[in-house]
Amino acid sequence: MASPLANPSPEESSTKPAVIALAGQPNVGKSTIFNMLTGLNQHVGNWPGKTVEQKTGTCTYDGQKFTLVDLPGTYSLTANSEEERIARDYIIHERPDIVVAVVDAAILERSLYLVAELLLLPSPVVLALNMMDVAEQEGIKIEPQVLEAALGIPVVPMSAARGTGIQELIATVESLSAEEISYQPKRPVILPGHQVILEKIHALIEDSVPAPYQPAWVALKLLEGDDEMRALMQDALPEATWKQVHGLLYQHEDAILDIAGARYQWIGRMIRAAVVRPKIGQMGMTARLDNVLTHPVWGTVALLAVLGAVFWLTYTLGSPLQAWMGGLVEGLAEGVRNALSSTPPWFANLWADGIIGGAGMVVTFLPILVIFFAVLAILEDTGYMARIAYLTDQVMHTMGLHGKSFIPLLLGFGCNVPAILGTRIIETQRARLLTVLLAPLVPCTARMAVIMVLTPLFFGDKAGLVAWGLVAAALVILALLGILLHRVILKGEQVAFIMELPLYHLPNLRTIGLYVWHNTLAFLQKAGTIILGVSAVIWLLSYFPTGVATESYLTLFGHWLEPIGLWMGLPWQMVTALLTSFIAKENTIATLSILYGDFETALPAALTPSAALAFLVVQMLFIPCVATVATIKQEVGNRWTLVNLLLLLGLSLSAGVLVYQVGTLLGF
Amino acid sequence: MVRALHGGRHFVGRLAALGFTPGAPVTIVRNNGFGPIIVTVRDTQIALGRGEARRILVLLAEGQNGVTTG
Repeated sequence: MASPLANPSPEESSTKPAVIALAGQPNVGKSTIFNMLTGLNQHVGNWPGKTVEQKTGTCTYDGQKFTLVDLPGTYSLTANSEEERIARDYIIHERPDIVVAVVDAAILERSLYLVAELLLLPSPVVLALNMMDVAEQEGIKIEPQVLEAALGIPVVPMSAARGTGIQELIATVESLSAEEISYQPKRPVILPGHQVILEKIHALIEDSVPAPYQPAWVALKLLEGDDEMRALMQDALPEATWKQVHGLLYQHEDAILDIAGARYQWIGRMIRAAVVRPKIGQMGMTARLDNVLTHPVWGTVALLAVLGAVFWLTYTLGSPLQAWMGGLVEGLAEGVRNALSSTPPWFANLWADGIIGGAGMVVTFLPILVIFFAVLAILEDTGYMARIAYLTDQVMHTMGLHGKSFIPLLLGFGCNVPAILGTRIIETQRARLLTVLLAPLVPCTARMAVIMVLTPLFFGDKAGLVAWGLVAAALVILALLGILLHRVILKGEQVAFIMELPLYHLPNLRTIGLYVWHNTLAFLQKAGTIILGVSAVIWLLSYFPTGVATESYLTLFGHWLEPIGLWMGLPWQMVTALLTSFIAKENTIATLSILYGDFETALPAALTPSAALAFLVVQMLFIPCVATVATIKQEVGNRWTLVNLLLLLGLSLSAGVLVYQVGTLLGF
Repeated sequence: MVRALHGGRHFVGRLAALGFTPGAPVTIVRNNGFGPIIVTVRDTQIALGRGEARRILVLLAEGQNGVTTG
């Protein structure tokens, strides 16, 4: 944390790379600029102690090295969301050498709002006037040098998606950080109506504002209704003074509208000078596309077509690749088993089945993950994702979810892992958490495979109906749990649906490629290692002490748990099968065939119809596979993962007991 | 044209930042009678839940009739 008095000495600034922070509203192409500047020299992590993604990177220009920090995309800098707090705390506490404010030239007025706020903070600002090509396409003409003169800060016209203006941007940053160009920004002022009150607050707090905050800025934020600054000053001020300040704020609760209004008036003056507007009545490409794509009927048809294409792509491209890679891994496992044939059998088997088998599972996830990540990135980058959220919001709303939760949950039908990773597109943290907690209830292909194998054994020609009913039941439970959790986690607070529909544009290959690369890498590093470890441990448990599955520790464990199984009419073999489904859902079948031999004839005799249905219900709602659990842990942390597991465990077991007891009572 | 916003500090703050300030012209792009509506404010298209839209008080431009938002 830099103290306000500390002036970086010239020696220091010449040895350390200058820090550039990229700020901008969502959908202005900030990530594309970041990717263009840093390429693969970037690190994706989380902001310290937060679940918000942090991207940092380096780039070199003219022999000088720069550190780049991508701030979260925010519309303003009031502490309305975690992203906004992170963005402004970074600028205030870490004092980057330069802030590059990225704006969308096609919606200049709105995107300059954040700039009006950034100019009030201490770091010098360079304006990156991005998406000049989109603006042109929409018929808007802008004169950058006029804007530069009006704002008093350097303005660089560019189009990151087309790769133009990037060099000019970094050159401008370099000359500004070397103080070769003058920096005299013109800042927006507050309307006269609230000027007096602002000065009063300023005078009251002036001597108590803790470093590194500036009194004038804190006074303004207080008047804007900023909760964080309220808490800060309530602590810092003597109680009597705070009461005075609080009284003033209470009288002027509506000041935010005036302050925002004044900023927009200030922006309006800039726009009138620098923008030649399009002719009225001229229809841009976005408006023409949206005539169809947000239409209640045609929009839904288009959405179904897009989703159909996504699943078609996954199965025609992903599944064969997955099978092929699975085959490769099996071959490798056999090779290793043969190579280790001179070692004790448990050692060879551990390597072949436990370790390579586990690694193989991680690897076979990859084709589907890569396809899903690419699809997510394309939908997001073109601007279509926002339309999907708009079209599905009505349905998702009933569960207290946002329209943006739709796509991640839908991906869950393929595999829960990309579903949980896909929740990153949801901006609100709590809505995102809720979606992550619900995602395991979406039946994935592996779960469905187990259902498809077992249901015909128990229910014969009614299997289709039963399977359909199971899926419907899982989704109904998902919706009910959603409504319940919404009340508990979000405390019934409605997530306001306010979402920008960005202009459509062609996807940028580099942005998509890097998105796929980073997310796949993160999956391999974090979830992959956990999956490998757990599957090796479970394998050991199913092998030792004698090397015979029916005498293993895992079986012993199944015996211990038999009392619970009996409430559902399930023998220990079924309980053990359920336990092994934790490694991968399809293991249920493998375990049953080890424990029963010919399970296809043995099972119908071993279970009553009620017990069979109870088993299928538990299987449907049971804790997800280790890959999903590892991903949940990566995304929401230990505490919520534990909550989720206990929730699903309780839910599945009580549903199983209920089905068995009611079924038995009815005589099935 | 926006006349006033009703709601908590956070809600008003968010909408104001997006450009819904008194005097700003707002056009309804799509209103299906159910689900969220789409409006244009300051050159940006914004989807708003019906509950949210109801809290934005607007003044109808001349020549328009019928209640639209709020």
